[in-house]
Amino acid sequence: MKALLVCEQREGKLLDTSYELVAFAERLGAEVSLVLVGKQAQAPQVAGKLYLADVDKYGEYSPELHKHIVLAAALKENPDYIIFPHSSYGWDLAPRVAATLRVGQVSEIVNIVDGQLEVSLCNGKLRRTVSPKGARAVLTVQAGAFNYAGQKSGAPQVEEIEISQGSSALQFVGYEPAEKKEVDLGRAEIIVSAGRGVGKKENVGVIADLAKAFGGELGASRPVVDAGWVGHSHQVGTTGQTVSPKLYVACGISGAIQHLAGMKKSDFIVAINKDKDAPISEAADVMVVADVLQLAPVLAEKLRAA
Amino acid sequence: MNILVCIKQVPDMESRFKVNGTGDWYDEADLAYRMNEYDEYAVEQAVQLKEQLGNQPEITVLSIGADRVGEALKKALAMGCDKAVQVQDNDSARKDPWQIANIIAAFASDKNFDVIFTGMQSQDRGSAQVGVTVAEILGHNCASTLVGFEYADGVVTAKRELEGGVKSVVKVPVPALVTCQLGLNVPRYPTLPNIMKAKKKELQLVPVSSLLKEEAATGTAKLYPPVKSGGGIVLEGDLGDVADRLLGILKEKTTVMK
Ligand SMILES: Cc1cc2nc3c(=O)[nH]c(=O)nc-3n(C[C@H](O)[C@H](O)[C@H](O)COP(=O)(O)OP(=O)(O)OC[C@H]3O[C@@H](n4cnc5c(N)ncnc54)[C@H](O)[C@@H]3O)c2cc1C
Repeated sequence: MKALLVCEQREGKLLDTSYELVAFAERLGAEVSLVLVGKQAQAPQVAGKLYLADVDKYGEYSPELHKHIVLAAALKENPDYIIFPHSSYGWDLAPRVAATLRVGQVSEIVNIVDGQLEVSLCNGKLRRTVSPKGARAVLTVQAGAFNYAGQKSGAPQVEEIEISQGSSALQFVGYEPAEKKEVDLGRAEIIVSAGRGVGKKENVGVIADLAKAFGGELGASRPVVDAGWVGHSHQVGTTGQTVSPKLYVACGISGAIQHLAGMKKSDFIVAINKDKDAPISEAADVMVVADVLQLAPVLAEKLRAA
Repeated sequence: MNILVCIKQVPDMESRFKVNGTGDWYDEADLAYRMNEYDEYAVEQAVQLKEQLGNQPEITVLSIGADRVGEALKKALAMGCDKAVQVQDNDSARKDPWQIANIIAAFASDKNFDVIFTGMQSQDRGSAQVGVTVAEILGHNCASTLVGFEYADGVVTAKRELEGGVKSVVKVPVPALVTCQLGLNVPRYPTLPNIMKAKKKELQLVPVSSLLKEEAATGTAKLYPPVKSGGGIVLEGDLGDVADRLLGILKEKTTVMK
């Protein structure tokens, strides 16, 4: 079985998801080749053939051009699978490649079970194995699901790749950097996070108070940030911060994949949730089934008294 | 200008999900359904664009599914869409993203939509494929995962969300398709007068067989609840008691309670 891995770089830096693809392909037992729109210096340090297209010529991200580059590499390699990270790059590009080739796509693979591709559905409450019907398929792999354990010291055999398609109607204007951080959750030993389950902005105070009683920082899930209840720097997850405190307390958080990805490396996880089956229960060391608005003040009081 | 919004109806994610009898989907009985969260942002953005352009554009909202999707369509009409299309399909859950995208593209192919809005993904399947695939089939320009949308003189300026809080800004000439991400805007609540008005708006029924010509490209092998990694302690009951037990466990198993 052959796999073509679509590596990802941003502003001169190879993203680690590229190595996760290598780890995934190893689990599949696939023979690997790689493709990257970037520079030779950013090439992933693994063995295999790397098709390299010059980023100066084809642009940081130009969907049309990047699509044709991936297709050109696929034409040379004739892979069974074309594999992308499930990232803003991969989920934008993969369906374009799949549709052009008229092949199936399986998105956001979290595991391989008995040789089958496993994906999550309904916010993590169910799992599903999906099988592509044709001989070839496009896959995207969930960030953080497959860890690369090998050395980053190999050298791929580089082959420059050029395409004739010259321009793209979509014009890349530039990047906007992340907002300045008010809090650095990356350093916190204890994080108490508020999720949509806290109900309204006024209630965030109850969770902030619990965080204080623990001597920790306030974190949040994305809807709490989107609603403007707290600033973005409090957000934990793929589009927020990745944290690994000694204690993480998730209050009214369901445990969506994108939130888990940001906090599952915490040493000890407590979830407080009304719903015993919330997917966060899988990650939690202690699952407290309770209304967090009632429990948090009681807990804070006991912490202060201790 | 002519606008299309594609919406899906999904179960409330806080429901208790059971695997169905054939083991390939969840049991749809007894679930409460609502508009896919990502699609609410799509509807809101379409209505804002219409308002910006002096209420000239017409917005068509489309959903594929059984008759219950009429509820989601009515909500979109009450939010400000002009007419609704239900592609009638009692078996839409068994269609894969490739087929769903082809149904939408077949509907849109002869209608000259300038801008098409979809959610970036559905809350149940989460495949993040349909919008981009529709654009690819139609040959429209496309930007995904929008957290910012502006329109002027035939060009959409989109802010795409990347990882870690970074965004990228792209300009996309129409005809364009955009997929909408959480936080793009704040969806409005339909007001009572608008709910009343929506009742009079047109609902067109289109049988799925007239639009779908493609076979599924992927299939579900098996559906099952996640395997519990086990070991997790569950605490329930009296609040004071639960709090004491939790603090006891934290003292015993962590180093943070010193
Ligand atoms: C590309 C992408 C990137 C994303 N990035 C992130 C990210 O970085 N971080 C992130 O968090 N999300 C992210 N998301 C969103 C993610 O998919 C979920 O929508 C989000 O994490 C859900 O937040 P939540 O758990 O707070 O809310 P919900 O999923 O709505 O869950 C609320 C929970 O609260 C419980 N609850 C309700 N009331 C109470 C109560 N009174 N007491 C106790 N429990 C209660 C409910 O049972 C439920 O489990 C991203 C999504 C996408 C598509």
